[in-house]
Formats: sequence, structure tokens, C-alpha cells
Amino acid sequence: MKLEKCVTIDNVNRNLLNIRYAVRGPIVDRALQIERELAKGASKPFNRVVRANIGDCHALGQKPITFIRQVLALVSCPQLMNSPDLPADVKDRATEILQDCTQGSVGAYSPSAGLMIVRRHIVEYLEARDGVSASLEDIYLGSGASDLIKSVLTLFSGVVDGKPPAVMIPIPQYPLFSGTLAELGINQANYYLDEEDNWALQVEELERSYQEASEHSRVVALVVINPGNPTGQVLSRQNIEEIIIFAHKHNLFILADEVYQENIISKPFYSFKKVMHELGAPYSDMELASFVTCSKGWAAECGLRGAFLELTRLSPPVRSVFAASRGVMQCPTVLGQCVLDCIVRPPRRGETSFAQWREEREKIARLLAERASTAYSTFNDIPGYSCNPIEGSMFAFPQVEIPALAQEEAADLDMSPDEFYCLRLLEETGVCVVPGTGFGQRPGTFHFRTTILHSREEFQHMMESITRFHNNFLNRFS
Amino acid sequence: MSYCVLRSKSAGYSYLFVPGLHKTISMSSLKMIGGVVASRRLSGKALRSQSAELSVLLAQNKFTNLRTMASKAVTMENINPNIVKLEYAVRGPLVTRAGEIEKELLKGASKPFKRVIKANIGDAHAMGQVPITFIRQVLSCVTYPENIDKSDFPEDVKQRARDILNACGGKSVGSYTMSHGIEMIRRHVAEYIERRDGHKSDWNNVVLVGGASNGIKNCLQLFINDLDGKPSGVMIPIPQYPLYSASLAEYGLEQIGYYLDEDKQWGLDSAELERSLTEGSKHCNVRAIVIINPGNPTGQVLTRENIEAIVKFASEHNLFIFADEVYQDNVYAEGSKFFSFKKVMTEMGEPYSKMELASFMSVSKGYMGECGLRGGWMELVNFDPDVKANLFKAISAMLCPSSLGQAAVDCVAKPPAPGEASYDLWLKEKTSVLQSLDKRAKMIAETFNQMEGFKCNIVQGAMYAFPQITMPPKAIEAAKQAGKAPDVFYAFQLLENTGICIVPGTGFGQRPGTYHFRTTILPQPALLQEMLDIFKGFHEKFTKEYS
Repeated sequence: MKLEKCVTIDNVNRNLLNIRYAVRGPIVDRALQIERELAKGASKPFNRVVRANIGDCHALGQKPITFIRQVLALVSCPQLMNSPDLPADVKDRATEILQDCTQGSVGAYSPSAGLMIVRRHIVEYLEARDGVSASLEDIYLGSGASDLIKSVLTLFSGVVDGKPPAVMIPIPQYPLFSGTLAELGINQANYYLDEEDNWALQVEELERSYQEASEHSRVVALVVINPGNPTGQVLSRQNIEEIIIFAHKHNLFILADEVYQENIISKPFYSFKKVMHELGAPYSDMELASFVTCSKGWAAECGLRGAFLELTRLSPPVRSVFAASRGVMQCPTVLGQCVLDCIVRPPRRGETSFAQWREEREKIARLLAERASTAYSTFNDIPGYSCNPIEGSMFAFPQVEIPALAQEEAADLDMSPDEFYCLRLLEETGVCVVPGTGFGQRPGTFHFRTTILHSREEFQHMMESITRFHNNFLNRFS
Repeated sequence: MSYCVLRSKSAGYSYLFVPGLHKTISMSSLKMIGGVVASRRLSGKALRSQSAELSVLLAQNKFTNLRTMASKAVTMENINPNIVKLEYAVRGPLVTRAGEIEKELLKGASKPFKRVIKANIGDAHAMGQVPITFIRQVLSCVTYPENIDKSDFPEDVKQRARDILNACGGKSVGSYTMSHGIEMIRRHVAEYIERRDGHKSDWNNVVLVGGASNGIKNCLQLFINDLDGKPSGVMIPIPQYPLYSASLAEYGLEQIGYYLDEDKQWGLDSAELERSLTEGSKHCNVRAIVIINPGNPTGQVLTRENIEAIVKFASEHNLFIFADEVYQDNVYAEGSKFFSFKKVMTEMGEPYSKMELASFMSVSKGYMGECGLRGGWMELVNFDPDVKANLFKAISAMLCPSSLGQAAVDCVAKPPAPGEASYDLWLKEKTSVLQSLDKRAKMIAETFNQMEGFKCNIVQGAMYAFPQITMPPKAIEAAKQAGKAPDVFYAFQLLENTGICIVPGTGFGQRPGTYHFRTTILPQPALLQEMLDIFKGFHEKFTKEYS
């Protein structure tokens, strides 16, 4: 007879216990609670929660790109094909996509790597971006970049010659990486980004991290996030070259998280693929996985879950294994694939939707640049704050000095100082940001990540709230 | 064969010895590609050449050289071995071959048939089933809200779209949702389950997923843990849907097969469950049992008594229950009725009503057949709260399932109600799909049973028939010559001669010495009739040729 649960905290997959995903962690839960309390009429020193914890543009009021949504409406409901309200190029696109779906329905499974037409458009997009040829067989679509990143990392799991695998990841990093590595039982080899040098990667630090991890693990891959999340830097071409040479020296597989490549604010973006190619052999023969998603960039369609992976120069049997592993999940969402198609092959000059698309896109870019510069100057004006320029992505990651007294109180509450700081910020102002602990940071430094996506008014309100809170905090704890 | 032995040592999966064949089949080497179920025997010809190649490389120490030469960071030598196990099935030649034949036909190749009939995958729209209008109109409104004002869609479509958008951040389906789905939709699912079972369902236990496969994998991974030095094992039916064997292999979990009883309409037999458990317990901790009801590929709908017996068995051995109930709307046979495990457990009272259960549902099946939208849900019953929290944490790193898949789930969980503008059309469409499937289910089993050498159970539910075929000794011999399992050999002959693509029983597992195949009942009636006629002709010819 049954005495206890079959699955308990003592016998559950231990790797799950080690996962931490701060972007949706306890502070966000508390923010949700506070929203409910406010809805019930609780009295607080603020009247709304400002969500700055996640790069979720539409949730913060960014309007969807009309072209994308019209195409989606049409492929899901082809009876609208005769509607006079939809432009000709939207109808053409929808028709083209539906022709590639079995029996013309987005409700049929697609091939597990994705619809052929979308993959073809992706190849054209990549070739135009890099001036380097791309291959249809290297493109895999997924339900979000996280899905694809996890699939690639799965390749590395497993003990070889008695040594567990390890993957090098930046600190600070996007916690999907630490979370997925924990889930897969792969060791995490941290390398610190250089905050003093605008979050660049220093080869010396990469070497240190590699050597240290190699003592107990087999270091197999290197993750680079460019443009940086949470750090917002865009790597210089020279820095990318150094990283590639380092990876080659140690035979590391490079995972280039390049999902923010369309969120460039003040510095040109170079893809790892392009730089590797231009470095020539042997670097141009290295394996590479690069990720792009429809959740970021100007489209910012987070909820629709579309992404692609370019996986180059894998050995043929490894490539087959990868393709096989993707097949188990049948296929990525077909509507997410449609969004990607609109992104990699947007309206062109002369097509009906072009003018509106360009206007919408430019507006989004303009606002992002404006927020980036406001965040940079505001944060650097607050005493005890310092913030690097935001060159790309949609985040600021300022460093905050936290007084010793506050650190002590945090320790009493069994919290890290930055968690304590962010929780207080939330309780006193309703602003919800993610503490640096969630991304990792150099010991003794404290940061938080905030998105910079809000409307002008809301952004102003947030900046003022943070400034006021910080002054009060300093008064109280020093 | 030495390669198989080597693998069985390192992998530790259940291997079957097939009498008379002198070949070893790995039950874990089942796998699907591109949504298509395929399988490959480790003894297949192509594999032999592949493993031969591999052993040569290993002998020459080539892989090591490659690594030190730093040409590839990931090699077959250092790649995750669990993932490799999935590889061999994938080049499962049958479905690949069907794709090739289609291309050849396009190029004007001369064949004894004009088209390939894909009866290999449960993909209703791909076989010409028309989408449910209500679902698609709602989707077009939530993606392009101007349609709410501009279109002449019914009012309930517009209202549904508004409700969904109001539940989305920034009123856009382009916002992330909560990792376990939009609260409103989870509540609608719980209400659906309450109507279905007549028992309470807590919406907090409902998790929306990007396709049932996703949810199943998430729950399976809870069991990855070697306790007391023994790996965890999960009982799965044979025949089974190969998602299970593939996921267990990927996770390094032991697959403990229990045979369904073909003579009792593919029911579960308690003695067989006990046998399987006892055998599995010798080398692992058996911790969970998977039941697929209605059955895939077997098409049975379990009786209430059978479910009760399974629940008692699971309770006695403290097993966690996975109830794969994605075909719950696809029940056709007279006298058959779908009972959810949750309902039966609840009505059995304690201790059974306190057992842990995960039940799965999908918008890909049923009357909607929306495979491409990737929507589904799971209900997690009686979970330890800490375990549930950790599962949610793992799910949250993947951010959220597709918002549009969730919107489709909403339309399924809360379809138009009587009196609402879309109700009549919705009911007509739903009924017409299900009636037509019902007709096809009967037609297919009847036709097969009229064929010499075929034995087919009634297709009580789901979307497949899984007939047993008698294989003439000469055909078995010919298959052996060709380096194929007899059922794989048969399926190839069928494909090459008729263009019909089915999946051989080896892909799902079957009792040694028996041969089956799975065909969907999804081709539209005229095409299905044509397919069955062609099939009949082929089988007669095949039998004549090999006897």
C-alpha cells in the first residue's frame, strides 16, 4: 500500500534542483503578488508595478509589426484571402507559405527542421548579412532560441574518459545557459567579462577559466553572447577574432548567442560566422552554432516562439545525430516559422507594405536608442551607480554600491545584497528588476538588469523611482 | 553483431531476442524523424556497413587522431552517447524512401502508381481534413486584432479573441505568457476536465505545453536519478508510441516493456504487468508506468475495469502513472467509452485517489487535428509540492509555450456553447470529422479482416489500425537475405510497388515472431478506399510470390 509520494524531493532528478532562473525567480513572483494586492485595493506607496525584468517588448506596449500580423491572420484563416483590407504582398506571402505547408494548412506538421521556404529565406538573409555562403542543410528552426540552445548543449552531455563535460559561459550571463547546463548535468566554466573594458572578453581571463575547469572537467564548448545579455555590449571585430583564435587553440565548439543582432544601437555587429570565414583556414573550418529568434529584434514576437539555428561544419555523423534528436519533438510551431519568414524576408522597396514596415521599424529603433542613452546618463548621474554604454540588446546592467550596513541586513535575511536591494526597490516603488546574482557578477560587486523598453513616460517614471529609492536607501543604511 | 553487444553493455537497454531470426533488436533504437515514425533494426544492411565503417575507424584510432588534430570539437567519440542511440533509427529508410519516390514521381519517373499515400503519420490536415472554422477565426483575430472590428466573423469569435488578448501582456499574443500558460486558459482547461470527469480539477495543476510530447518529456525527466546505485526504469506498453522509447533513451532511463494482449483487444493483463515489473526490478528501480489510452498504435479504448486493475497494480508497486490520453475525443466503437485515469482513480477512493498522475492532451489530435500549432496541456495530480515547484522551474527556462498554440487550446477547452453564433457550424464540423473517422475506422478493420493472412482488432479509438499479418516462410527468408526484419521488408515492398507508406510494427515493438504495421485511418474516404483496394491487390501478389 502507498505510504508516500512516488516522486519526492529526495528522489527527483537532482539536476532539476540545481536550476536557477532568476528572470522568472522569487522577485518576479513577489511582483505578481503585489499586483494582485494592488488589484484588491491594498495601499502601497505606488499605484502600479513596473515590469523591467524581462525583454518582453509587446508586454510593455510596443506595437506589433503590421506586416507580420497580417500574414499570420491570413495563413491561419485563408478565408480572408479575398479581404480588400489586406495588401497584395501580404496575400502573396501567405500564399507562398501555405503552398509549402502540406495540403495548404498551418495545422499540418512541418518537417522537423522547419518549412523549406522559410529555411530558404533564412539562407538568403544570412548570405546578405555576412557575404558568406550559407547552406539550407545547416538551418534548423525551433520553438524559441532556448529550445535550440538546449538541443545543441545536449550534444555535450556525458562523461568521457572519466571526466564530466564543461561549457564556458560568460559572467554575467543569460541564466538560460546556467539553468540548462544544470539540467543537463554539464559543468559550468565561468569566465568574467571585463566591466572596465565595456564588458569585453579578455583572452587571459578565458585562459584562466579554461585551465581551472580543465583540472576536473573536459571543456568542450564556449558560449558567447553578442550583443550581450544582460550587459549590452557589442563585441568589436578584433575581440571576436581573439575569441575565435582562443577557441581554436583549445578545440572548443562555439555557441554564438546572437539573438540581439537586430538590436544594434551604437556599434556595428559582426557575426561569428563572418569573422571566422574572413580569418580563413583553419578558423573557417571550425564548428559553430549561431542563434536568432523572432522574440528580439524589431519584431519582438516573444509569444509566438520562433527561432532558428545555423549549425555549421559539424562532422556528418554528428549532424545526423542532431537532426535525429530534433525529430522527437515533431516540429516547431508553424506559425512561429511564419513569423521568421517575415523577419528574414521583410517587405522590399516597391512592395505595398514596404513604407509602413519601414516606418514601424525605424520608430522602434529610434525609441531603443533614445532609452539607451537616457538610461546610460541617468544611471551614471546617480551617486554610487556606474553603467557602461548600451551598444546593443535591450538591457542596462548598472553597478550599484551597496553600503556595508545594508549588506549586513541582507545577510541577516539570508539574501545577497543585490537581491535585498532589488526586493526593497520593488516593495517601495513597484519597479521590478533582476538582481545581478541571477546573472553572475564579480564577487563584491552588485548589479541589476533592467529592460529599457518602456514608453517614454513609463521609462521616466521608472528612472525617477530608482533615483529616489536609491537616495532613501543610502540615507537609511549609511 | 559484436557492435550490438557492445552497445547493450554500455547502454543497458532491454534487448529482445527474436527466435528464428537469430538477431537482436534494441527496443530503444526506435525513433522518429520529421514527425514520422520510423524504425530500424540494428541488423539492417545499411547499419551493418555503418557500424563496419565505425569499427574500422575505431581500430585505426581515427577518432582520437581527429580530436588531437583539433579538426572537430564534437565527434562520434565524445558526443552525448544517449543522443547517439537515437541516431540509427532515424535513417529509417522507409520514410526517407517515400520522400525520394515523391521527388522521382515529380521528375516524371515511371512507377506502377501515381502518388505516394502517406498513411504513416497522424497528421489529419496533411491528409485533407479541413480546420475547424472557429479555431482559425479566433487565431486570425488574436494575431491581427483589426479583424475584430473589420471582419464579418461571428460575435463569439470576436469576444473570444478579446478575452484572450485581455489575458496577454500588453494585449498582444507577442508577449511572453507565464511559463505554464495563460491563467484564463488554464482555468478553462480545468473546467473542461471537470465537465469530462464530473470531478474537481484545480487549474493550478494544469500546465499548458507546446505539444504533448513536450509535457511528456518534462515529466519523464523527473525520474533521472540513480537511487541506491540502480537506474530508474519506466514501464511502457509494447507496442508503444516511439516518443517514449526515444525519450527514455535520451534520458538514460531504463525502458521496461510490458506486452499488450492482442487477443483481448490490446488490453493490459495484470499477470503481464507483474512479469514485466519483476523482470525490470532485477536491474533498476521501476518508478513509473505509461499507459496510452486510446491506444497508439493499437487503437484500443480501455475498459473501466481494466483501468481499475492498472491503478491497483500501480498503487501496489508505488508507481507514478503517465496517462497519455491525447486521443480522448477519438472514440468510435459501439460500447466503447473513454474513462480518464483521473476519473477512475478519484472514484476508486483512497488510497487510489491520492496517487500521482500526469495526464496529457493535445490539440494535434481529436476532431481539430491542429498538429502544426503545437498546443497541449497536462494535468498534474497529487504531486508533491516541492517536486511540482522544481518541475515548474525547469519549464520556466524555456520561457513559455506558443501563445497561439495556447489560443487553440482555449478554443478546444471552451468550444462555442449552444446558443452562441458559432455553435452550429462548430458542431457540424466536429461531428462530421468524428463521424467520418468512425466510418473509416470500421471500413479499414473490416477490409483488413477480409484479407487472407490479416488479423485486425476493432479500431475502437485513436487514428490507427495495427493489423497482424501472417508472413510466408519464404518472405521471412527473403527479408533475411535483404538484411531486413520481415515486417520492414513487407513495408518496403508495399511502398515500392504501390506508393503506400505505412510504419512496420518493429517501429513500435511487437511480440517476437508476430508482424504488424500501423496505418492511419486519416486518408479521406475515397482515397482510403483506393488505398485499401491497392493494398489488397498487393498482399495477394506478395503472398503468391512468396509461397
